[in-house]
This record gives sequence, structure tokens and C-alpha cells, in this order.
Amino acid sequence: MTTTRTGDLPDAAIVQRCREGDHEAWAELVERYARYVYAIATQAFRLDGHDAEDVFQDVFARAYERLHTLRSDDAVRPWLGQMTRNCCVDHLRASGREVPVDEVEDSPADDVIDQLDDAFAVRQALGQLGEDCAEVLDRFFCRDESYRTIGEALDLPPGTIASRISRCLGKLRAEMGRNMAAQPSSSQVNE
Amino acid sequence: MTGYDEERLATLLRLLPPAPEGWVEAAQELPRARAGLATIVERAERDAAYRAAVLADLEAAVREAGVEPRPSVVEHLRRHLRA
Repeated sequence: MTTTRTGDLPDAAIVQRCREGDHEAWAELVERYARYVYAIATQAFRLDGHDAEDVFQDVFARAYERLHTLRSDDAVRPWLGQMTRNCCVDHLRASGREVPVDEVEDSPADDVIDQLDDAFAVRQALGQLGEDCAEVLDRFFCRDESYRTIGEALDLPPGTIASRISRCLGKLRAEMGRNMAAQPSSSQVNE
Repeated sequence: MTGYDEERLATLLRLLPPAPEGWVEAAQELPRARAGLATIVERAERDAAYRAAVLADLEAAVREAGVEPRPSVVEHLRRHLRA
């Protein structure tokens, strides 16, 4: 019998498992979308510290409670994105602060969310490159680690790290090109 | 979304740094935490003295149920007990 690692499953299968009470699947769903939710709260709505943490926990608590209302199991990202946006707006209004969004979705915060959607697509492509490339690019660009720190962690000389970053960026660019050719974007939001 | 050069890819990668580890762990523990809290609420509905003791020290009750008493968890319990 073969088993599939939870991390290899598509969103729809993860959501299905979460609905069946699979805690490992829930942990994977959180892992997959934590950066996205965090980035919306801190970059699109400029929340920090406890405010950002409150929103972050509230989003995942709402998602856990409302998973059965998600109409398309493939639409987790736009669903969570909209939920995070709503939580941020609620949080800002509750504390009497200015809300940087309009009723129509054409505000500075929504422009940032559009950028984050692009960033999420890049992150998904990163996951398709293999562990060597994914780790070195994540450490350098997302975690802001130096060549030296990465080299020490991976037991490689700094010069090798530099060349690997360059090679992996090229692979990532090619992967994004393939992904864009394969699937024009379409999303369904139902919150 | 148009084409990507390597500079743009680098910019987009930088937009998604990791969320703080403790936040992620707390969200991942949510199903177990909710189960622990449900046990507390259920007992509190049957036992007024227990309910009063829980309300007097929510953190201790949460901890006793085997759940990390993070602020979001304690607040969730407070809301349910006062509902």
C-alpha cells in the first residue's frame, strides 16, 4: 500500500481531510497559508504585534469553524484572503482606527493583496523546484539570511550558495513560465 | 500577471516571510485546543461550582485541560462561558 504525504496533497484533498477531522491535514493547511495570512495583516493593513497576532489567530479560527461553507475546495487561497481582509477591517474598526479599504476592491490594501497573490503563486512554484532550490531561495529571500549563514546551515561554501541562488532563480523563472502557460488564473470567492 | 524576470521573482519571494513560529503552532493546535475547551464548557454547564472556579482562573483551567493557555484560547473560553 502506498501513502501520500500530507504536504504533497492538493488543497482540495487537504480541505476534505480537515473536514473529516484529520489534525495533520489541518496543520498542513495552516503551514501552507500562514505566510499569506501574515503578509496580508502586516503589509496590506500594516498591523503589528498583538494586532497582527489577533487577526492571524482569528482568521484560522474562523476558517476552522467555517470550512464546511467553502463551496469550492480548490478556492482556499481567495477564501482565506477575503477572510483575512475582513478580519483586518473588523479589527481596525473595532479599535476606532482608519480602515485603508473602500467598499469597492480598489484600494491601496487591495493593491498589496494583489501583489501577495502573485507572491503566493511564486511560492507555489518554488515548492515544485525540489528541496535544494526551495531551501536556498527561501533562506536568502524570505528569511533574509546571508550567504555565510546559509552556507553554515547547509555545509556549503558561500560561493556555492551564490551560484546556487542564481541557478535556482533561473529554474524558478522557467517554472513560472510553464505554470502561466498551463493555467490562466481564475478564482472563486464565497465569503 | 505578466512575465517574470529574476529581479521581480526576488521581490515577490521577499513579500512572504515566515509568520512567527509560535503563531503558526497555535493555529495548528486549534483542533486539539477546541476539543479541550469543549470538555471544560460541557462540564461547566453541568456544574456551577466548577464554572465559577474556571471563570476565576481561566488560564489554569485551560492548562489543566492539557491546552496551552494562549490569549486567543483563553478568550475563546471566556466568550463561551459567558454566552
